[in-house]
Amino acid sequence: MNSVADFKPVVRIQAEDFDLAAEVAKLTAGRTDIGAIVTFSGLCRDESGRLAALELEHYPGMAQAEITRIATEASERWPLQGLAAIHRYGKISPGDNIVLVVAASTHRQAAFEAASFVMDFLKSKAPFWKKEHQADGSEGGWVDAKEADEDALARWKR
Amino acid sequence: MKLIYFAWVRERIGKPQEDVDLPGDVETVADLLRWLRSLGEEYENALQYPDVIRVAIDQEHVDHREKLGAAREIALFPPMTGG
Repeated sequence: MNSVADFKPVVRIQAEDFDLAAEVAKLTAGRTDIGAIVTFSGLCRDESGRLAALELEHYPGMAQAEITRIATEASERWPLQGLAAIHRYGKISPGDNIVLVVAASTHRQAAFEAASFVMDFLKSKAPFWKKEHQADGSEGGWVDAKEADEDALARWKR
Repeated sequence: MKLIYFAWVRERIGKPQEDVDLPGDVETVADLLRWLRSLGEEYENALQYPDVIRVAIDQEHVDHREKLGAAREIALFPPMTGG
């Protein structure tokens, strides 16, 4: 706990898609000490056919800075051997990737918890906003933040 | 002072960013939101429920009691919905 990690988390904010397997391979390349990899990926869903796409707006400098702050805290709180967080912006179609978190550790518990921590904070603190594009062509609105997302942060208090 | 707006705050105010000269009595984030609301209907429309507005000074989250101090860039936006 509260150790300084001996690696820098990988944080990327990008319009283009990412490759889950490739990102995992980058963290594990040349290493034999990693025993657990947890990945979380968030995808765009179509809400039962209602949505044609999501448009993700972001605050460029701060998105990178805030996710780096979150990932750095995770790397200090759990004994990790690698951590990557990638978040896309722009227009994303149902079925496509939005976000990826990869956590690598010796054992599974730290990897599970760190990935979950990063996602919980990312949802409420990383400056991204989703706007809906309706499948029927009508004007879509901004997605409302969920109180449950803010509430999820409470469990990481210490 | 550079102000930046995102999502529906940007849409309602009608511009992504602007430079403003703040009156001397605008010292905190709450003061800033109150002052902006006096600038016109579009600001009032964007900021009528100041409690929901999230604020970042120089790309870090702050609460509404925060002093503006030597801020270079203040961003106003709705609750975030990434992930």
